[in-house]
Amino acid sequence: MLQAFLQNIINGMAQGSVYALVALGYTMVYGVLQFINFAHSDIFMLGAFGGFFLAKWLSPFISNPLILLMAVVIGSMAFCVAVGLTIERIAYRPLRTAPRLNVLITAIGVSLFLENFGQIIFGADPQVFPSLISTHSLLEGEGLVLNNIQLTVVVVSVLLMLILHWIVRHTKLGIAMRAVSFDIEVANLMGIPTDTIILFTFTIGSSLAGAASILYGLSYPKIEPLLGMMIGLKAFVAAVFGGIGSIMGAAVGGIVLGLAESFTVYYVSSTFRDAIAFGILILILLFRPAGLFGTFRREKV
Amino acid sequence: MTTLSVKTVFRLGLMVGIFITLFNTGCVKKEGATSGASSNIASGNEILVGEYGSMTGSESTFGVSTHKGILMALDEVNKAGGVNGKKLVLKSYDDQGQAAEAVTIITKLISQDKVSLILGEVASSRSIAAGAIAQQYKIPMVSPSSTNPKVTQVGDYIFRVCFIDPFQGSVMARFAINNLKLKRAAVFRDIKADYSVGLANFFVEEYKKMGGEIVADVSYASGDMDFKSQLTSIKGKNPDVLFIPGYYTEVGLVARQARELGLKAVLLGGDGWDSEKLTEIGGDAVVGGYFSNHYSHEDQSPVVQNFVAQFKSRYGEIPSGLAAQGYDAAMVAVGAMKRASELSPKAFREAIAQTKNFQGVTGMITINEERNAVKPAVVLKVVGRQKFSYITTINP
Repeated sequence: MLQAFLQNIINGMAQGSVYALVALGYTMVYGVLQFINFAHSDIFMLGAFGGFFLAKWLSPFISNPLILLMAVVIGSMAFCVAVGLTIERIAYRPLRTAPRLNVLITAIGVSLFLENFGQIIFGADPQVFPSLISTHSLLEGEGLVLNNIQLTVVVVSVLLMLILHWIVRHTKLGIAMRAVSFDIEVANLMGIPTDTIILFTFTIGSSLAGAASILYGLSYPKIEPLLGMMIGLKAFVAAVFGGIGSIMGAAVGGIVLGLAESFTVYYVSSTFRDAIAFGILILILLFRPAGLFGTFRREKV
Repeated sequence: MTTLSVKTVFRLGLMVGIFITLFNTGCVKKEGATSGASSNIASGNEILVGEYGSMTGSESTFGVSTHKGILMALDEVNKAGGVNGKKLVLKSYDDQGQAAEAVTIITKLISQDKVSLILGEVASSRSIAAGAIAQQYKIPMVSPSSTNPKVTQVGDYIFRVCFIDPFQGSVMARFAINNLKLKRAAVFRDIKADYSVGLANFFVEEYKKMGGEIVADVSYASGDMDFKSQLTSIKGKNPDVLFIPGYYTEVGLVARQARELGLKAVLLGGDGWDSEKLTEIGGDAVVGGYFSNHYSHEDQSPVVQNFVAQFKSRYGEIPSGLAAQGYDAAMVAVGAMKRASELSPKAFREAIAQTKNFQGVTGMITINEERNAVKPAVVLKVVGRQKFSYITTINP
């Protein structure tokens, strides 16, 4: 029983770290602009496809799997950043002074556009994400299995979150981001180039989505244009759970959601997996609308 | 400005609600009268045959393979002079693998294109949904590969040229016990697919009847990506065989994760495995698995070899079981049209019902009183990337 419990923790952590990485994108944009960037999940999807094509093109030239993986991750992150910035520039910036609801509807529109665009370009048929690194077990004790991909997913996620934490806490850029998040108008008056800071926020959020999409593709090698939908929703739940606007909250929320799902499926039934995820959302909205870490006005980035 | 009030969050919640609804609402168009769609076959030199299938979507290889088989059959018939001098014209639409879409499309085929016979679908859930419409308008429908018993129970205008789940499920149960001699089985079913649930139920029944033990019976839902929790619980029960009667996209992922978790059981499945994508997604994890199917291109009988050669020269690929089924469905339908007393949907129905010992590519086909085909099944083994080898034939 203990093994199964530990195994579920491993499985849940791996799944949860992907949620967490995507959740960070939601939470950061929310922190700065106070709206949910629904297109974020589709940036994630585009990242997976970017990685898919990049791996296809690069694999004849790069034989070392580790370098290939690095190249694909960085390439996919760059691609996601380009997409994220384009969306910000075209769809969101013109609405900077418009009511928040308008921006939200625009975000849904962009999301739908990207999904249908993806279906036209890539086809609705799922593609097989290439296995860039071969899977092997690192630990195979009494019924407990941890493979290199799961470990990579968790380690890379934690590493990225630490880097993000450092940027927000200890760099000038981070201070500026926090200032913008605190009050965009006053920050502007203080000479902070708010538009640039917002672009940086999108850059960081989108690059995390790009990294997450490759980690996801490695674990579940089936990608399709509607891939982002469910993950986006789950990540959003994770962000709200942790307290939208809080970086710590998104990280913890993602992991907790991954674990909750894993345990639900194991101890209850797979039928309840999504019910649990969205049940958490409803409970949080009812009893603690600010989420676990989101207190009013505290550290929103 | 930046204060996060309860009201804001509620508003966000509402937005998410709208967002979810936007994506999950399929719209079903109802059109045309409830009955009396007449076909204009008496006049003109053409007989319109309708086809609906999943040409895109996550099971697109099913629809595309079937379509190729059907197209080849109809071309062959037309080249040989058609049916009573009339040319067969195929009207083919994509249902994107969605039951709601299948319903819309079959309505369009009947009331707008006025076809007099319909071929489709592969997936049982879509055949059941669309079959109800065909039955309502009294247009005969022949499903090439829907194996769930409920499909032909929809009504007396619905037929199929394949065996049904009880047979497929029991074939694999018998195979596991008689051929593999493995007596501890776990079942991992897709609760969202009628097909999978049907196969699983009949596997469990037959397996127990033959003295085997079902040590675990758990489920997933098609579209899931992560199966590790369920597989962890299956692994704890230590089964000899794992029966996964799902479709290839999920089966590939399930197999992969099962092996990653160190689950060593022999994998078994049904004809939902039959796709070149199975090994693409599942990789080495699915190698060594067995699944039941309608035919094997390795079968040395002249009918099969002739079909394989023609299909290869036309499409440059080896026909899958689904292509052979599509071909047979079309041929059974054409055979019935030729025998029919007149060229009307009603007469076609009568003739299809009387099909007896029809030599199809997938075996000798007889349509029984439940409008199902009685015919043998083959068991194939996954031996390598996109390589399935013929193991044995199991008769009804």
